[in-house]
This record gives sequence, C-alpha cells and structure tokens, in this order.
Amino acid sequence: MAEIRLQHLAHSYTRNPGSVDDYALRELEHVWAQGGAYALLGPSGCGKSTLLNIISGLLSPSHGQVLFDGKVVNELSPQARNIAQVFQFPVVYDTMSVFDNLAFPLRNQGLDEARVRSKVAEIAEVLDLGATLNKKARNLSADEKQKVSMGRGLVRDDVSAILFDEPLTVIDPHLKWKLRRKLKQIHEQFNITMIYVTHDQLEASTFADKIAVMYAGQIVQFGTPRELFERPRHTFVGYFIGSPGMNLIDVQAQPGGVGFAGVHLPLPEVVQAYLASTPATRLQVGIRPEFVQLREAPFDDAHQARVVDVEDLGTYRILTLALDGVALKVRLGEDRVIPQGQAWISFPAQWLMLYADDVLVEAGP
Amino acid sequence: MSLTLEHVSRSVDNQRWIVDASLSFEPGSFNVLLGRTLSGKTSLMRLMAGLDRPDQGRVLMNGEDVTGRPVRQRNVSMVYQQFINYPTLSVFENIASPLRQARMNEQEIRQKVHQTAQMLRIEPFLQRLPLELSGGQQQRTAMARALVKDAELILFDEPLVNLDYKLREELRQEMRALFASRHCIAVYATTEPNEALALGGTTTILHEGCIVQSGATAQVYHQPRTVLAAELFSEPPINLIDGRISGNEVSFAGAVHFAMNADLRRIGDGEYRFGVRPSHISLVPSNDDDLELAVLVELAEISGSETFLHVRNEHFRIILHLPGVHEYHVDTPIRVFIPTHKLFVFDSAGQLVQAPGAREARIA
Repeated sequence: MAEIRLQHLAHSYTRNPGSVDDYALRELEHVWAQGGAYALLGPSGCGKSTLLNIISGLLSPSHGQVLFDGKVVNELSPQARNIAQVFQFPVVYDTMSVFDNLAFPLRNQGLDEARVRSKVAEIAEVLDLGATLNKKARNLSADEKQKVSMGRGLVRDDVSAILFDEPLTVIDPHLKWKLRRKLKQIHEQFNITMIYVTHDQLEASTFADKIAVMYAGQIVQFGTPRELFERPRHTFVGYFIGSPGMNLIDVQAQPGGVGFAGVHLPLPEVVQAYLASTPATRLQVGIRPEFVQLREAPFDDAHQARVVDVEDLGTYRILTLALDGVALKVRLGEDRVIPQGQAWISFPAQWLMLYADDVLVEAGP
Repeated sequence: MSLTLEHVSRSVDNQRWIVDASLSFEPGSFNVLLGRTLSGKTSLMRLMAGLDRPDQGRVLMNGEDVTGRPVRQRNVSMVYQQFINYPTLSVFENIASPLRQARMNEQEIRQKVHQTAQMLRIEPFLQRLPLELSGGQQQRTAMARALVKDAELILFDEPLVNLDYKLREELRQEMRALFASRHCIAVYATTEPNEALALGGTTTILHEGCIVQSGATAQVYHQPRTVLAAELFSEPPINLIDGRISGNEVSFAGAVHFAMNADLRRIGDGEYRFGVRPSHISLVPSNDDDLELAVLVELAEISGSETFLHVRNEHFRIILHLPGVHEYHVDTPIRVFIPTHKLFVFDSAGQLVQAPGAREARIA
C-alpha cells in the first residue's frame, strides 16, 4: 500500500530533447493518494501508456522522480515495487487450476500452506470464483480469467498498488458492467491504491473517484466525474467528456464581457478585469448542450437562433442550431416540443465558461 | 431505384442464415439493419449485393429480377468494418479506382475525386498513402471510394465500429448530411440501437436470421410489436417486469400494487409483461401516477454526461438512464419513480398490447 508521488516528472524517447514536441510526457507534478480509486483517461497517443509504464517500473523516466511513500523508486523493477498489473488480455497459467493460479504469488513468498489456503479462499469468495477453484484456468471464460488476473494482485498483503490497463477490452459487452461493479466493490473493500488506464469515458468515470485527463503529454485536469462534466478546466476536457461534447465558440473581448458575430455575452467584473490584462491570444466560451436554455418564443434577453438539424435519439433529441452563423448543439428532453425553424436560447451564467488559450478562467478569487 | 427482397432464404451447412426475408427499400432512402452479432445482417447485405445467391426467393431492382446477377454487373458499393484500401495507391488513386475501372476520362475523374474528398474532409491528404492516415481518415477514404461512383445501392457493414466514440459521433452526423441529397439506397448495419436512432430513416430489426420488425425508425422504436423488438431496440436494455392486472389494480411480482391509470384500464385482466425504458425512470417524482420503489444501488455507470444506474431490491432489477453525473457508492439505498403511463404492456406470447401514448407535450 502506497502513496505514489510524481516529482518534476517528464519523459522523452529522444536522447537530446529540444522542443516540447520531443516529450511524450511534459513536466508534471502529481500525487496518487494511498487507497484512492483513480483513472488515467485520454485518447490514443496522449501519453497515458508512457505514464503507466513509468509508474509500474517498466520504463525509467528521462527526467524527475517517482516516489512510493516518499522513497525514490526510479530504478526499481515492477516486482521490487510490489506493483500488480492487470492487462487488456488476461494473464493466467493455463495448465494450472484457479486455486494454484491464485496461490502462486503467495507460495513464491514462502507462505505456509494453511495461510495460502485461507487467503485464496477469501479472495475467491470476493471475486465469485469459489465454484471454479478446481477448474483448469484454460477452461474459464474471458471474464473469469480476468478475475483470476485481478485475484493474483489482491491475494498479496504487500501489494503497493494495482494498475489496470484497459482491462475490459476482451469482455463481452453484457458482462462488462458486472465486472465494473466487482472492481468498484473490491476497491471499497480493500484499502489499495488503484489506477485504471483507459480511453473510454464510461470505464473511467464508473471506476474512479478522481480522473486524470491526459492530452498531448499533459494532465489537463484531475477531478471527479462531476467536475469534469460541470467545470471542465481545459477545452479538451469539455470536448472529450460527454456526447456530444461541450459547445466551444471563439470570442473577442468587448466592454462588459465577450462577443462573437452579433452576440454579446456579459461576464462578471473579475473576469472582465482579467480580460483587460491577459496576454492570451485565443478566447473561447464553452457551454454544454445540456445547459443551454431553449424556448420556442422570445424570453428575457434570449438570442434568436435557426434550427438546422434535429437528431432524435428516442428519449431525447440533439438539436443543431445556428446562432449568427455559429453552430451550437442543444439537448432537448423527449417531452419538449421541437421548435420549428427558429428558437430562442440563453446561456445561464453558472454554466457559461470562459477559456483563455484553452484553460478555464476561474471567476472566483 | 428501388430494391425489393421477396421471401428470400439462405442456408449454409444446414444452418439457416436468412429465413424468409421480405423487405422493400425506396429510392433515396437511408435504411438501418439492427441486430446483435451473428443475427444475419452481413448475410442479408451479401444477398442484396449479389455476392451470395438466395436458395429461395427473389431480389428485384427497379422491379427487375436480378436474383442470379453477379455483383460485378450491378451498380453496388460496400464499406466494411475493417478499413479496406489499396495500401500501395495514394488516397487519390484509391478513390479514383472505381472510376478508372469504368474508364471515365481523366478530367472528370479529377473533378469527382476532389469533390468527394472535399465532402469527406480528406482533400488535404490526397497524395498520401492510406497507412499514413489516422483510422478515421482511412475509413473516410474507403467511404469516398464507395460514394464516388454514384452507385445505386451502397452497403455499410458496421463501418464505425473500429473508431473511437468521438470520431463515431462526427462521422455519424456527416452520414446523415451526405445522404440527404443523394438518390441511391443506403443500407447500414449496426449492433447499436443508439446508432440506428441517430441515423434515422428506416430500421429493420434482425434476430437469428429473421426479420423481427421493419419500418420508420421512430415508429419501430416507439411501437415495438413484440417484447423481442423492444429488447433489441433499447440500450441500455428495456426493463421488463412480470405482473398481473385484476380489477382496478396492477401488481408487479405479487409484491407491489398500484391503481391503474386510464391507459391501462382498457386492458383485460390477466398476466402480462410490463416494459419501461431506462430513460423514463427518475430519482424524483414527476407525475401523479408515479410508482415509488425502494432499491439499492448496484452500480452507477457514468458516461461523461449521463449515468446508467443499476438498482435492485428483492423483487426487481432495474436500470435507469439519467442525464448528468450521479455518483453513488455500491449498495446505497435510494428511491426510484416509475411513471406508470410510460409502461409498455406485452401479453404472455410477447405481443404488444399497449404502447405508452404520448401525453400532451409539456414545456419544462
């Protein structure tokens, strides 16, 4: 069991890196607290596998340190770090029984057979593998095999963390949620740091209490699923989380707020003050399709928009609107009337975000 | 051009791959084949294309019998799951290949390739080789090749399945725009109910080689004729609860009783299966006819902007589909509310007795 700390960590696969483009991981500081359930989420090529390999010890970082409970482990192998890993494809000893598979790490440590037996029985029960203990591992289904891989990490008392690398890839869709539930239960039962790597927002948000979203070699936000949805701190998080993602519109600073085309959006004074002094070259506003207010008739200071497209998804619809030539998506519930031709929309201040060079401008102090 | 299948069947090694399928597609229509893996989607498309010959039945194009006519003599294009391109030819030549085969003149080829590439947003990559492109761009190249030659019938066999969900979102929407202005028949196979809904047009549900239901997508979704159709066209799966109607009362699993609303009163006494869509159940009461259930959270699956909540009690296992992010610990006790006017009712043979009538539209 361990806290994992990344200090001034960066990695380049080239020998003499020059520009930031040479780095698969750009310099980052990060702490995975002991006992947390975490996810590392990002598209392919974002650097998440590089980071995972550095934590596990398969790769030594070119810059900075990895610390387990305050001790630098840069040069230690995965075994020496006591890291357990669960990969995309289950790793089991095919010819051994499930019992022997689970007992393997314990017997390696020289535990006496009575302890081995009680430990294996305990883990088999947690994982619902009790009925399969005498079966050969090769006769198991993919989800059972994956549970055996997990079980081998869980039986050891000295494991410092379990790392999952897209562990549900080969599991049948209708069994996936059961395994997700099992993973969550296990985390709540055992006080072990777990890090789950995936490109899938559902896997990440279901498993983790906190998610690190990676983009272009950086962690652009570390937050709860709710924070990623409600307050994306980077435009990439707004785009990547949610289907469809956040509406992002380029704007210019204007007296009292920002604007685009013929639309003016007022902003709080603190943000105005920030705008007056920022060196940022690109300003965008962001609002999620779920949070745009829409009616069929004019209201308050609503903006008039043209209805371009309606995607009927059965129990809700995604409308595409044109607001002064700018495309915008709005989610509309099943019981709502679909406006014909024109609609009036407004952006509640609470849900309207401002981004300067892709980073959220915080309105608070 | 129109396409008609008349009582088409095909067996391979005594296994029935397609059983007595009759379908008709209008010119300029977009048609989805929806079904699980091995339900017969690909087999049916191969029969439409002329890649396979049916054992029984006829295939008609524009009313003309083309049953025995091989694919080469039909004006058909196909796009597959795997990104299939000629690896040694440039993107330009990949897209141009059907036109070269048709011996079109060079100037016309140039014009058509550029026009199609522009539509699919791959014009900047025309001189590259397919393998130098991203997965999404490779699949756009394969699509451009299928679209460039003005085929009368274009078949898509799960074309987006190997792309990540952000790309899928984008391409799905482009497909709708692409086909809005064309006159060919598009047939699109998918395993995902939500993809069928997003694409619109018509939907044909397939199961074990048989057509379960076919019609306008929204109609098939809102009026499934059988339990099977409702189950196959629902993601997450529709909740099914066994119950009985007697007198003025409905009871679920002999344990939960509620008074009937006006819609249910028309149905006679007896045993029924009740269906309720995951998106219709809520965490707060919203109607006067809501049925309140005390349950435990099995798992909250969060998908960025929405939550699939698995709950259970001693009688039921239910899934809710909620907008927004709802975080719960496993085994948290909560209450859920089922609007009884949103219930589907099926008889013991699985036939639809009643679909929820759309109440007067309300503005929230």
